[in-house]
Amino acid sequence: MEECLTGSISLESERRTVRFKRPGILPGFWPALGFSLLYLSLIVLVPLSAIFLKTATASWAHFWAAATSPPVLASFRLSFGASFIAALVNAFFGFVLAWVLVRYRFPGKRLVDALVDLPFALPTAVAGIALTSLYTENGWLGRLLAPWGIRVAFTRLGVLVALIFIGVPFVVRSVQPVLEDADREIEEAALSLGANRWQVFTWVVFPLVRPALLTGFAMAFARGLGEYGSVVFIAGNMPMRTEIAPLLIITKLEQYDYTGATAIALVMLVASFLLLLGINLIQWRSRRFAEAA
Amino acid sequence: MSPGRRSPGNDPAPVRWGLTLTALSFLALFVALPLITVFVQALAKGWSTYWTAIREPDALAAIRLTLLATGIAVLLNSLFGLAAAWAVTKFQFPGKNVLITLIDLPFAVSPVIAGLIYVLVFGTQGWFGPWLGQHNVRIIFAVPGIVLATVFVTFPFVARELIPHMQARGTDEEEAALVLGAGGWHIFFRITLPNIKWSLLYGVILCTARAMGEFGAVSVVSGHIRGETNTVPLHVEILYNEYNFAAAFAVASLLAVLALVTLAAKRLLEGKVRQDAVEVPEA
Repeated sequence: MEECLTGSISLESERRTVRFKRPGILPGFWPALGFSLLYLSLIVLVPLSAIFLKTATASWAHFWAAATSPPVLASFRLSFGASFIAALVNAFFGFVLAWVLVRYRFPGKRLVDALVDLPFALPTAVAGIALTSLYTENGWLGRLLAPWGIRVAFTRLGVLVALIFIGVPFVVRSVQPVLEDADREIEEAALSLGANRWQVFTWVVFPLVRPALLTGFAMAFARGLGEYGSVVFIAGNMPMRTEIAPLLIITKLEQYDYTGATAIALVMLVASFLLLLGINLIQWRSRRFAEAA
Repeated sequence: MSPGRRSPGNDPAPVRWGLTLTALSFLALFVALPLITVFVQALAKGWSTYWTAIREPDALAAIRLTLLATGIAVLLNSLFGLAAAWAVTKFQFPGKNVLITLIDLPFAVSPVIAGLIYVLVFGTQGWFGPWLGQHNVRIIFAVPGIVLATVFVTFPFVARELIPHMQARGTDEEEAALVLGAGGWHIFFRITLPNIKWSLLYGVILCTARAMGEFGAVSVVSGHIRGETNTVPLHVEILYNEYNFAAAFAVASLLAVLALVTLAAKRLLEGKVRQDAVEVPEA
């Protein structure tokens, strides 16, 4: 940082190319960087730091009590558990979808490909009420499931269904480009060397796709943890049973329990940062692997 | 790819059929069916109920507020995206990768937490709460809070579209213009902007769609005052919770149409965006 600061001050110096490294020869570096940093700080960094500062000012005992009360622990179990299972479901079906979209031809393929992105584009509240009305006892799907005694709306299964919906695009969109770029000659070579199709899949294709699959899984998991809009309608929000952690943050805020809300938020925030770190690590490792190959 | 040739892509027919059927059933059940439900439920009580629900004063107020918040968020985040992309892609400086990572940060934050942080800063018990109270300025449970929350959740969209494309373009063209005597703004408007116009539009579309549909973050800071601090998704929630299902789905169908338009625009633009990344040969 220092090098670059001094470099800009001594722009007029003839010796700059020797002694100082300038950021570049084009104009507008400092205004652009200055505005970016200011805006980033005002909108994101300073408000986000409020969570950490609020936690620091609260007494540890108070914070611990807020973060480990039975309803909060129940909401963590539900949020982490349901997000994990939903991400697993999406890892499997997302992989199959990506495979079918890349390797096979069928009518309406472009439409199907576009539809994969719908959960990104459809506002979560709309998804929430649509899923709820599908799975209530008079709904199109709820009616079919009721005779078997399966209830989805207003149960934990409902939370899972909503989280599966919002996670659909992640695995598909992260696996799809890797499958497209995969060198098919390696597979042909394996086949011609006597491997059967299943062996080719487990030893050639799967290792190639694994980093992308893991990335997609982690992104779907992280998205599920924070999801609110599509879940609150179908969950029914019964205390200790179907309350997700983000909902509990809102409940605490409505009771003006800022410390309680912040404690839950901090745990969720740390979890998503760790996931983000994990995703970056996977991508960094697979990029190094690709460069080495 | 030629049909008939024995290659790994030509899996045996049962495998092909089985996988295709699995994938399509999953997508139909979890994605297509909810979308269809929205439109069926919206029109369940006929067109007249539909139109009434959409033209009701509270619905119109919600639409106006959503458009206002979206407009401000898209404008600010586009300016930021252009500035950040200019700094990050046209110059070398230490800490660049940290900056790129920080830009994506809002994507890792739950929308509810995005709302919470502004309550902690501007709420009655927040950092600036007492000062704002004395000066009679309301941010939380008022329009500024809704705008801030919308800006936060859509923060990375434009920047993250622009950065890879401007990176791929390099700085040669701008440097050539500089050598030929062009000024900074001249270079930006005549060279950089035309090169990245499709990526910019792509980012703006994604940003708009997310801004109009945001629910969690806005829900925390809104206060749900009808006709005043209700955005379209919040209006849908209120109607739904009042068991006014037909009206809720009617208003929701507007957002669903918006999502479909977004998807279509995305498809159309994807080819153009790829053009942004490659050098166009001189005519």
